[in-house]
Parts: sequence; structure tokens; C-alpha cells
Amino acid sequence: MDAYPLLFASTLAAGTVLALAALGLLINEKSGVVNLGAEGMMLCAAIAGFATVVHTGSDTLGFVAGMAAGALLAAAFGWLVIWLNANQYATGLALTLFGAGFSAFVGINYVQAQMPPRPRFNWLGLGDLPIIGPALLRQHPLVYFGIALTVFLIWMLYRTRVGLVLRAVGESPESAHALGYPVRRIRMTAVIAGGALCGLAGAFLSIIYTPLWVEGMVAGKGWIALALTTFGTWRPARVLLGAYLFGGVTMLQFYLQSQGSPIPSQLLTALPYLATVVVLALISRNPTWIRVNMPASLGKPFHPGS
Amino acid sequence: MLRLELRPTPSRTWAWASPLLALAITVLLGVLLFTLLGKDPVKGLMVFFWEPIKSRYALGELGVKATPLLLIALGLAVCFRSNIWNIGAEGQYVIGAIFAGGVALLAGKETGRWIVVAVLLAGVVGGMLWAGIVALLRDRFNAGEILVSLMLVYVAIQVLNYMVFGPWKDPMGYNFPQTRTFEAVARIPKLMTGSRVNIGALIALAGAALLWLYLFRTRAGYALQVGGVAPAAARYAGFSSRAALWTALLLSGATAGLAGALEVAGPVGQLTPYIPVGYGFAAIIVAFVGRLHPLGMVLAAILMSMFYIGGELAQSRLGLPKSLTDVFQGLLLFSLMACDTLVNYRVRRASGLKGVR
Repeated sequence: MDAYPLLFASTLAAGTVLALAALGLLINEKSGVVNLGAEGMMLCAAIAGFATVVHTGSDTLGFVAGMAAGALLAAAFGWLVIWLNANQYATGLALTLFGAGFSAFVGINYVQAQMPPRPRFNWLGLGDLPIIGPALLRQHPLVYFGIALTVFLIWMLYRTRVGLVLRAVGESPESAHALGYPVRRIRMTAVIAGGALCGLAGAFLSIIYTPLWVEGMVAGKGWIALALTTFGTWRPARVLLGAYLFGGVTMLQFYLQSQGSPIPSQLLTALPYLATVVVLALISRNPTWIRVNMPASLGKPFHPGS
Repeated sequence: MLRLELRPTPSRTWAWASPLLALAITVLLGVLLFTLLGKDPVKGLMVFFWEPIKSRYALGELGVKATPLLLIALGLAVCFRSNIWNIGAEGQYVIGAIFAGGVALLAGKETGRWIVVAVLLAGVVGGMLWAGIVALLRDRFNAGEILVSLMLVYVAIQVLNYMVFGPWKDPMGYNFPQTRTFEAVARIPKLMTGSRVNIGALIALAGAALLWLYLFRTRAGYALQVGGVAPAAARYAGFSSRAALWTALLLSGATAGLAGALEVAGPVGQLTPYIPVGYGFAAIIVAFVGRLHPLGMVLAAILMSMFYIGGELAQSRLGLPKSLTDVFQGLLLFSLMACDTLVNYRVRRASGLKGVR
């Protein structure tokens, strides 16, 4: 019986890694830019965050380092695709390939590194309540931050002027430009914010979720986060729910493995990726869902005066 | 202030010069990196650009690694030319290797030499099957090929793990997750003694020639490219975008699967969990750096192969991690994307007449 609240708790934690990255990519895509470099940004942020915690002992500094790494790589990507009009797909791919290599390169000395003991949380002193306590009140602050960020994004995107302008830039950069908005600067800001959140997700993964560094440890979570923006049809609440759903699939896989299920462990490991393919196919099947919400200029370059 | 001005037509000069400039930038960044790490940059450059070509054996190794890169890139070029973003060639390569390995394991001492043909064909079929899933899901369900093909890479790797940890594990293999070594009849012939380079290199070169004929001398190849560049024009001309989707994906699956088959029936000789080494991803860079042109990709495959060998040597000679290879490959693609701006844009000094613009 006690297994289920804990399973639920770890589902939220696993989902938070995906949610932070996917919400970042959502901001980024709302401005009309696709960044296929999520995986690379998360990997670099994971090692930057991990190494920082190993050297300084401060989780906060680790998260800052992870966000900085993500933001820096996103800025390089943004410079290429927004100011130099490079192909968004190819440049994002370059970022992922570079990030995978670079993180493995600098991370080689941290493979065996030990972290200081992880903090334990017990909010309001209620962590011992049956069921609710272990499921909800012993989480890392970033788990709650993921939910708060979702609420904030819903408000920002649909209730504020900033959100309106951001969506306008993603729908029709030409019109936004004609109205006098600095399209490229807005896109750059959105891309950097997206990179910072992907960075936070990567740092959460290596500092809190697994607390260790292994080469390639992001293992496709950046790509799943990209798929989540489509699953969630670019709506923050649906993206968050999708992230928890996938967190659940990941946890189910570990749970079944620990229960000694007769299903081969490789099939269980493949489960989140297979689920991504299946859900992606089911969602994409309905063109109206996608078309209504997808930023109309997603993936298209914008060059003022051409 | 500098600003970019759209060229009336893309620059042909820069289309060729941009990969060279990108290479120069990557080399400069490499020198910077070696210096920062306190290594002699000249020694570092020698390891990457001289050692891989200085002896007959080294040249053979260069060919061994360039073969899969070129083969996969040839197929990917067809995809990218028709604007289909298959980035899961690594998975198609792995499934090709598994299919080929399965047939190779059937061979016994008295099996005929024909089995090697079956091994290679099995690889082709496996790769086509894996890429066919991507085409089916895109065709029937409109699911984006980028994410589907990529997710299938992770699935393919798990299939490989299942086979080598499970049903195909060598009972005499001291519990290592690997199959038994294939019989000699199931292995592809080498080109010369004293080197590991095999007939795969010739197949890849023939593939490059065939691709050139297909793209520039056949109606089908032309239709495919028009569909990628201008779907509306292609529809008007009666070229089917569905046909282009299936052709491009099946073709790239076939070359990636063949590359996987050549690798396991060639230098490796058995299935192990270490079959996926990133050729499928590196081939994406080969395709771009080679300008999606058969000749360009031959040169780019050799260059990327040098990076692989350089990375291995950097590990043994300079004590640097092998992942240096991936760093340089990523940097090269990054620089190329920056330099490619010059193909479509002219750099102009912004004039004072800001209001007129």
C-alpha cells in the first residue's frame, strides 16, 4: 500500500524534469522558433549544475549554473537562427550534437564524483500525514515551482500585453514588425528564456532527481519535452499534464522492473519512447487540434525588409 | 554596424566556400581548445589531420570509418533534399545490423558463400522497415518525422540490448552481452591484407555515383527535389509528395541498414551493445557539410572519419577524452550554419540612411 504514494511522488519529480524543459520550449515556440537543441542544452546544464554542486556544495549555485549554461547555448542558437537566418532545424541539431559531445568531454572527471548529502524536505511539518504526506509534502521546491510556472504562463500568455505581443510575433512576425515591435529581440528573449528553463530542467535532473553524472544521462528527455509541446498543443496546462503522464510512464517502468515483472527490462526501458511515438501519432491525427494552437510562423525565418 | 542584405540569387561561390570556411573556424576553435587545455596545438592538429593519412594502415582505418558515414549520408541527402527531416538514421543503422546479424548467425561451417549476400540484404530490409514506420506514421497520422525517427533510435538500441543480453547471447561468451562471432562465410571480403578496409568502401562509392545519376539525370530524382523545395509547384506538375516521402525514407533506411550490415559483417564480426557509435548522427553533418551533393559528401565523410580517428588518438596520445570527436563534429556543423548565411545574404555596412530602409 505504501508504495503508491511514493510512486506518485516520484512521478511528480520525473514529470517536473520534463515540464520545466517543455514549458521553456513552449515560450520559445510561441515566439515562432523551434529549438531542436533541447537535449544538448539539458546535457550541458546537467554537468554544469552537477560540477558546481560538487565544488561549492550549494544547490542554488548549481541551479544558477545550469540555467546559465542553457541560456548561453540558447543565445548562440538564437544568434544563428534569428540574426543570421540559419535553418532552425539544422542549427538545433548542431546544438544537440555539440552539447552531447561537450558535456561528455568536460564531464569525464565527474563520473565518479560524490555529491554532498541531499536535503530532505518536510513542508509545514506535515510530511508524516498518511498518503498525502509522502505523495505531496516531501517534494523539492522545484516540483511546486513547475506548477507555479504553469499558472504564471497561462496568465502571462493569455492575460497580459507581453503575452499578446509574444503570440503575435509567433503568429505573424510581419504584422508585429509593421506595428513597430522588435520581432528579433522578442524572439531572442524567448529563446534565451527557453534555454534557461531547459537548463534548470537539466540541473534538476543531475542535482536532485538522479544526483549523479553519467554521459548522455538526459537520454532523450529533451526530445520528449519537444514532443510534449505538440501533445499539449502549445497550452501550458496540457503540457504540464502531459509531462506528469510521461513521468508516470517512466516510473511505471521502474516499478515493474523492481517487482520482477516477466516483461523484458529492455521493453520497459523503451516504454517512454514508444509512448511518445504512439501519443504523437494520435494527437497529430487530428489536424484541427494542431492547427488551431500551433504558432503559424513556427520554424520559419523572419528577415525584416525582405 | 553591419547588416545582412538578401542576395537576388544564392551565391554559387559561397555554397562551396562556406564548408571550407566552417572547417577553418573549427580548426581555429580546436587550436584555442588545445591551448586552453595546456596541450601543444600543433601536436593536436597533427593527431587529427596528419596521423589519419600518414600510413597505409591509417588510410585503411580512414576508409573503414568513412564507409558507413558516406552510405548513411547518401540516403539522408535524398531525405533532406525533399525536405524530410529523418534524423533517426542511427536507429535504422542499428536495426539493419540486428537483421544482418540474425542471418549471419544462421550460417554454419558448410554454408555457401551466398549467405553474405543474404546478410547484406537483411540489413537493407531491416533499415527500410524501421524507416518505413516513420513514413507510415507521417503519411497516415501526420506525425512529425523528426521526433518519431529520433524516438525510434532509443527503441532500436533497446531491441539490440534485448537480443544480445537475451536470446542471441553467446553461451560460450563468459556471460558477456554479445553474440558468437560470425562464421567466415558470413563476413564480407576485405580489399587488401594488412588493413581492415573492405568491399563496403566500394559499395559506398558506387552508391555515391548512383545517387548522382538519380538526382541529376532522372525524372524521379528531379520530381523528388521539386517536391521538397516547392510542394505547390510539384503538385501542379503532378509529382506526388506522398511518393517522395516514402521514397526518401525507404531509401535512407536502406542505406543506413546496409551500413549497419556492412559494419557487423565487416570489422565488428558479431553483435554487441557497442554497435551504435553515432554514425547515424555524424552522417547528418556529413550530408550538410557535403552540400547534399554526392562528391561533396565523399569528401565530408573522409573529413568526419578523420575526426573519429583523431579523437581515438587524442585519447591515447594526449590523454584527452574521446568525446573530443563529438565536440569537433558539433562545432563544424555549428560553424557551417553560421557560414551558410553568406550563401543567401550579403554583408553590408549599414548606411546612415536608416529612415529610408
